[in-house]
Parts: sequence; structure tokens; C-alpha cells
Amino acid sequence: MQTDYAIIGGGIVGLSVAWGLLQRGRTVTVLDGDDGSFRASRGNFGLVWVQSKGMNQPRYAQWSQQSAKIWAEFANELGENTGQNVPLEQKGGYDLHFSEETLEATVEKYEELKAKLGGDYPYEVLGHNALHKEEPHIGPKVVGAILHYQDGHANPLKLLLALAADVRRMGGKVLNGKTVTDVRQPDGFQISCVDGSTISAGKVVLAAGLGAAGLGPKMGFKAPIRPQRGQVLITEKLPKLINRPSLIARQVDEGGIQIGATNEEVGLDDRVTQPGLSGLAAEAIAAYPALARAQLVRSWGALRILSPDGLPIYQESTVMPGAFLVTCHSGITLAAAHARLLPDWLEGTHAAPDLEVFNEDRFAIS
Amino acid sequence: MDKYDVAIIGAGPAGMAAAAQASDLGLSTAVLDEQIRAGGQIYRDVDKAAPQRGEILGKDYTDGTRLTKALRQSAVDHIAGAVVWAIEDEFRISYTCEGRGAQILADRILLATGALERPMPIPGWTLPGVMTAGAGQILLKQSGVVARGAVLVGSGPLLYLIAAQMVRAGLPPAAMIETQVRGDTFRALRHLGGAIRGWPYMAKGLKMLAEIKRAKVPRYTGATEISIEGDGKTEAVTFTHKGRRQRIDCETVFLHHGVVPNAQAARSLGVSHGWDAAQSAFVPELDEWGQSDVAGVFIAGDGAGIGGAKVAEHTGRLTVLKIAENAKRLSTQDRNRMAAPLRRALARELAVRPFLDAAYPPYSAALQPTDSTVVCRCEEVTAGSIRGYAKIGCLGPNQTKAFGRAGMGPCQGRYCGLTVTALLADANGQSPDETGYYRIRAPLKPVTLGELAAMNETTQDATE
Amino acid sequence: MKTASPFLEIESGPRVDVTWEGKTLSLPEGSNLAAALLAAGVEVFRHNPVSGAPRAPFCMMGACFDCLIELDGVTRQACMLEVSEGLVISRPSEQGGA
Repeated sequence: MQTDYAIIGGGIVGLSVAWGLLQRGRTVTVLDGDDGSFRASRGNFGLVWVQSKGMNQPRYAQWSQQSAKIWAEFANELGENTGQNVPLEQKGGYDLHFSEETLEATVEKYEELKAKLGGDYPYEVLGHNALHKEEPHIGPKVVGAILHYQDGHANPLKLLLALAADVRRMGGKVLNGKTVTDVRQPDGFQISCVDGSTISAGKVVLAAGLGAAGLGPKMGFKAPIRPQRGQVLITEKLPKLINRPSLIARQVDEGGIQIGATNEEVGLDDRVTQPGLSGLAAEAIAAYPALARAQLVRSWGALRILSPDGLPIYQESTVMPGAFLVTCHSGITLAAAHARLLPDWLEGTHAAPDLEVFNEDRFAIS
Repeated sequence: MDKYDVAIIGAGPAGMAAAAQASDLGLSTAVLDEQIRAGGQIYRDVDKAAPQRGEILGKDYTDGTRLTKALRQSAVDHIAGAVVWAIEDEFRISYTCEGRGAQILADRILLATGALERPMPIPGWTLPGVMTAGAGQILLKQSGVVARGAVLVGSGPLLYLIAAQMVRAGLPPAAMIETQVRGDTFRALRHLGGAIRGWPYMAKGLKMLAEIKRAKVPRYTGATEISIEGDGKTEAVTFTHKGRRQRIDCETVFLHHGVVPNAQAARSLGVSHGWDAAQSAFVPELDEWGQSDVAGVFIAGDGAGIGGAKVAEHTGRLTVLKIAENAKRLSTQDRNRMAAPLRRALARELAVRPFLDAAYPPYSAALQPTDSTVVCRCEEVTAGSIRGYAKIGCLGPNQTKAFGRAGMGPCQGRYCGLTVTALLADANGQSPDETGYYRIRAPLKPVTLGELAAMNETTQDATE
Repeated sequence: MKTASPFLEIESGPRVDVTWEGKTLSLPEGSNLAAALLAAGVEVFRHNPVSGAPRAPFCMMGACFDCLIELDGVTRQACMLEVSEGLVISRPSEQGGA
């Protein structure tokens, strides 16, 4: 066997899992795609986010909370190991509202969830004036916000960089430019790549993002995932304008204002569109009118990796025991959990987190 | 929203010639150009400047009025001062003009976006006082501004042209520090046949060199280890010449080692590009009519591969013949008949290129800069960082962009893209084609969120 | 910062007043703003937002974004603007300009 674990996918999810396994002394080989691959890891919005997640599945809210709680320690360790600082700010985040009705309706749902979580859901509602004290640039159209104290944001590209460096530092083998065509299990796992190479491994983790939709069924998974496009904007670097992040906008550590994101069902089309950009710009200006004068410097479309219910999938193959599917939409938020907690599940130790609700049984075969 | 048979992006020689011809052939035509007056960079502000300083700039420049006049007299909609920032399917072109967003529709797109100076990352090239030679020329053409005691650094005919113009303006450069070596000249002699066929160019070149010599401008050829020094501004150029370290004090440096196609718009449309070893640049993959592999997208002029102003003019017209045929305004027979003299003229104009490319290759130290040299001016990413990212798995520039921000600034990779590709290709032992280039997306140029948002309202009004 | 500019105007024409960083400059009307500022002795147009290093026009053709200045609260490329009477311009705000 060349390696204990082969990880198919060298994005945030794959590298986080690889990092965790390496920390336990496992040998790991990561198979990463090429420069043109769809990479949610470099197109995402960078939130480490709790609120609004798992409204119908409290375990998902909890799993996100668990990850958010250990994120800072994870980021620090990466920073110390690599000298590559991973900027993270966890002083709360907003859900901004333009109408009292939506604000009230959301609070009602949060209260339900809070009860299911045993009260661990620290948020407060800020009216316009209270919000204005926190965010002097907030616009008059914003009636209020839900400030959730477990929310925050990170620099996802620095996270990717630090993970890529630290996985190598710990002896992880990362093979770039690999497109996996097939996975077989006659004797251990044999992973074939389009360039003709084969890697043999004791266990396999399929963390290939949208690539899992094609490979998954070959490995006995349903892998019912689909792309959903999110267009994202970023402005020139600006003086401090936004204090805490929201789903509408955040100011990144380098100074630019990142504005997101559309939700479009357009298949594998990751282009940006003028109507998409204009709609996002209009919403951001409604929230922060000063942004009208800011120059948009870049925009991109990234493809979210969504399961039918939007929740992660953690599944061991019944056809190929030792093969695991790990896929989620929130690779940044869950990075710490994937690095610190998921390896116990892969290794089947007594400390394994309970991920029962995230298996594929929930997807009925139609 | 106005709709045209063809929209031409850029009003330089290719765009102007193409527009006038398209209009003559009965195509409804729009030209969008970000400058206020037609001319492009080569004929920048020619209508205004030719009468004022035509003597200094020379006949090759004032000749541009022929094209601006034809454009003016045509039925073309010249949308001036229009910064195009997105071109989308079915060809919806979004642009900003006088602080407002606007759009037009076109059945076909002709990109005549010209050239950019080849990036020349050498130590100190971000200091105030360091500019491209093209910038020096634009200062003179458009504004009648000349730098006193400037030093010209690099290689190529444009360097001699600007030096000669500075001599004529009475402010000759303090020195020319040239990077081509004797071996380059020998290699170039293989293309002597072409050079002789392109004799008018050679004769002009020799005349310029004579002007420079008469003005006693010192020339240092085969210079290496060139570096610009200064504390917060340009104070001197240092370099090695014939084994000795030299230092020339100056406040202004003009850099040049060739120009490369400005492919931002073409790449944003998904046009395939390939590496052209002779030009040391990516060029779009086009058929003999300038048609790209994206249906309805055509490219002419330097953006299609460097050929200069005259070539641009001819390819502009040639491409329009194909567009007119495509739009059923011209029979195939007429298209071919009209193309024949253009193709002959093109062959004449292009004859000198192999000689020039070989005689004045890019400065090798600027293609593989030292580790501490900044390659991305906007985000200040060094060559050493790019090499470091290659070591942690970056095969292409989109990965180094994510890791180190090179190419993320407002210039959107225009002045680092080729360098980053070259560094990664070298570090990974791959070709430039295998390494690839930045994925270019809208906005092609920054646009304010206010302008964008205003277009949202327009879109909504239109659908209501 | 004035008078000693290495950039010389080889012709003269009508001039207008503009305000740069709170000071009045007399610039050739209708000329390219970046060229006019250089000739007026402006050495630093902006500071790079990453390192704070001083920057000035580099390409003069709207491609490099090193001549960014602030006009009416918006960062603009000086080389893409023309001089007109009463312009109020400045360096982009400290972190601004990219």
C-alpha cells in the first residue's frame, strides 16, 4: 500500500481532512485537480458562520457551532506551523433586514432552534438605531439586524495556502494536476487517474466537491449533489467601512469589500452576468450607501456544492468499506471540524462525532 | 437598447479602418473606445496633436489623420470615452460613459484592443519616475510633455523612435541602456531576406539611429543586471556593461522590451490563446480572417498578434470582409476579390517582423526576475513568492492568484500575467501553454457599484 | 514639489486652476490630467495600499492603475481624465486606491 489514506480533492475540505489524519500519524496522499478545476475553495465568501444554519436540523447547527468554537485554535496552529497567518475575526455577524416582517419571522425561527439547542444560540436583535451605533455606515433602508455572536469571518485563501503548506510540511504527499477516473477495491483501493497513473491506498476519502457527483456512484455513493452558482463582487481596498460581516457584505482583512452572493441554478456555468452583478451592487448599496462610490475591481462566479437539503454528507460506502464521502457547502466554517473531529469518525474511534443524521439514508431513491 | 450588425472595441488603426469599411459595406456599426478622441495609442490624439507637433512626431504618426477622418465621415456610431467592462453572450456590451452605465447589443464583435507594453519587472520598476516607453510617447503625443534627461532602458524599435522624437523636441535622452546582445543581431541576420523586403522599415530605423548618434546620446548595448534605484523616487539606473558596473543619475526612466497583445476582452469571451515563441507572448487562435473559435467573435490589429499600425489597418479591413460575408452583405467571391490586395500589403508589412523579433528579443532577466523583484505591481507580489507557490503545488496562475493575490488588483493581471506564467512554467518544467493564463472576468475595468446598481434599475424597469 | 519637474511642456496654451491636495495648481486646459500633474511637479499620485509605497503614472494608457487619484469621492485614473477648471482632486484616501 502506498498510503494509508488517499484523499480525492485538494480543496479546503480535502486538505482539512488530510491535515487531521497527518496529525494522527497516518500517511496521506492528496489528489488535486488542475488550474482550471472548479474550485469552491477559492471562490467562496469566507464566512465562519452559524446563524440560519440547520433551521430544520439542529444537529447541523450544532456541528457548525462546534467547528466555529475550535476554529481560532486551528487557525493559530496552522499559523504557527507555517508562518502563514490565517486571519480570523469572530466578534459576531449580522443578518440584515429591510423589513420588520422578515426580521420578526426570522427571530421566531431562531427561537425555535434555540430551544432545540438547549439555549446555546447567543443572538440579539438590533433595531436600526442600535445597529447604526455598531455600523455607522448602515443605510436607512435597513430596519434592523440579528447579531449572532458565534458568527465571524476568515480569509479563506490564506486558509487554503496554510493548509497546502502544512500538509506538505507534515509529510503529506500532494499530487497536483490529477483527474481521477476510477476507484476500485480488489485489494485495498486502486485509484486510476486520467494521466495513466494509479495510486493504491488503504482507505479513500472522496472530497472532490462537484467531482464527487461523477465518481461517487462508482464507489457506491448516491452523491446527489448539484452546483449552485454564487456571483461574488469585491471592491478596491477601502478605509474601514464595515465592522461585522453579514451575508450581504463583509470587509476583508486586506481592505476590499466583498459582496455576495447570487443563488442560481445554472449547472456548471460559473460565469458572471451584468444582471447578477447589478443586483448584488444594488443590495449592497441599500445596506451601505457609501459603497455607491466604491470601484468594483473583481467579480467571479463560484459553484456551491449542494445536497438536496443543503446539509453535508458524511457516508461510508456500503459497497466499498473504507471509502468515505465527505462533501458540504460550508467548507470554510467546517474546516476546523473536518481537521480536528472528522478523523475520529474516519478511524472509527470511540471519540467519533455522531454524524448519523448526515448519512445518505436521508435521500430516498426516487 | 441599440443593436448593431457589428460592435468594434477600440478605435486605433485596426478599429478605425474596420469601422469605416464595415459602414461602407452597409453594416450598422458601433465603435466603442475608452479615449475621448479616436486614434488608439499609436495615433493618440492625432487630430489635435498633428498640427501642433507633427514635425517632432513624424509622418508615420500624422498619417493617422487619414483614418480618423474616414471614421468621422462614415455612418459609424463612435461611442467615445466608453470604458467597456463586460461583453456577454448574444453580445450584450456593458460600458461606462461619463459616469453612467450603458449597454448596446451586437450580432458580432470585432476586438481591436491593441497591445500593451510587455511587462518589464526589474528591481525598482515600481518607483515614481519609471514609466513605459509607450507612456513617454503618449506624454509627447497627447500633451506635448517631454522628460528632461530621461534614460531609456530595454530593446526594440520603439525605443529608437521615442529617442529620436526626444532629440527633435530638443530634450534628448541622457542615455540608452539596451539589452540586446551581439548574438541577437547575428541570429536576426537569418531573417535578412525578410528585412530587405521590409526595407522601408529598416531605412527608417537607420535614420533614427543616425539622429540619435548625431545628438550624442550614449548607447550601452548588451547591458545586464539593470536596476532602478532611489528612495521613494527614481534617482539612478545601475547596470553592468562590458563587465563593469555603471550608474547613471536620472529622474525618469522609460522601459520597453516589446509589446504584447492586449487579450483581456478576448480572454473574457473565452477565445483560445496559444503561445507564440517568436513573439514571446500568447496570441489568440484565429483563422486567416481573424475569426476566433468563439462564434461571432473576431480580432484584428495588434490584439491578434503584434504587427504594428499598418498591419492593424489591413487586418481590420480584412476581418470586416469576413464579417460582411457572414452578415450576407458580401458574396464570397467579392470578399476574396477585395481581400487579395490587402493580403499582398500585409505580406509586405509583415516581412520585417521575424528580423525585428530576433534582433530585439525581450530582456531575459525581466522574463525570470530575481526573487526579490516585485512582479505584481498592484498587490506587490515578488517573483520569489510565485516560485514558492509553485513548490506547494501551484501549476497555473489561477492557483498562485488565490495563494498570493498576484493578478487580483485593479490592473487585473495586465502587468503581471505573462511574468507569472513564465515563472510557473520555469518552476514546474512546463510550457507556457500547459501553464496557462489568468481567467479573465468582468469587470474588464473597474466600475463603481453605483453605476452597476443603476443598471439594475434599468433592467427592472425594462422587465416591468 | 513644484517647479523642479523633469517633465517639461514644450508648448503653452490657456491654463485653469485645479485643486490638488488642497493646493491650487495652474494646469493646461483640456490636457491629460496625469501628464499635467507630472509637469506641475507632482511626484507621488498615490500610495500602494499593500505596502504604502509611493506610486506615479506608469503606462499613461489606462492599464496599470498606478495614477489613481480621488475625484468626487471616487478613485479614478488620472491618465483617463482631462483638466478642467475647478477640479478638486487628491491622493486616494489612505487605504484606498486599489
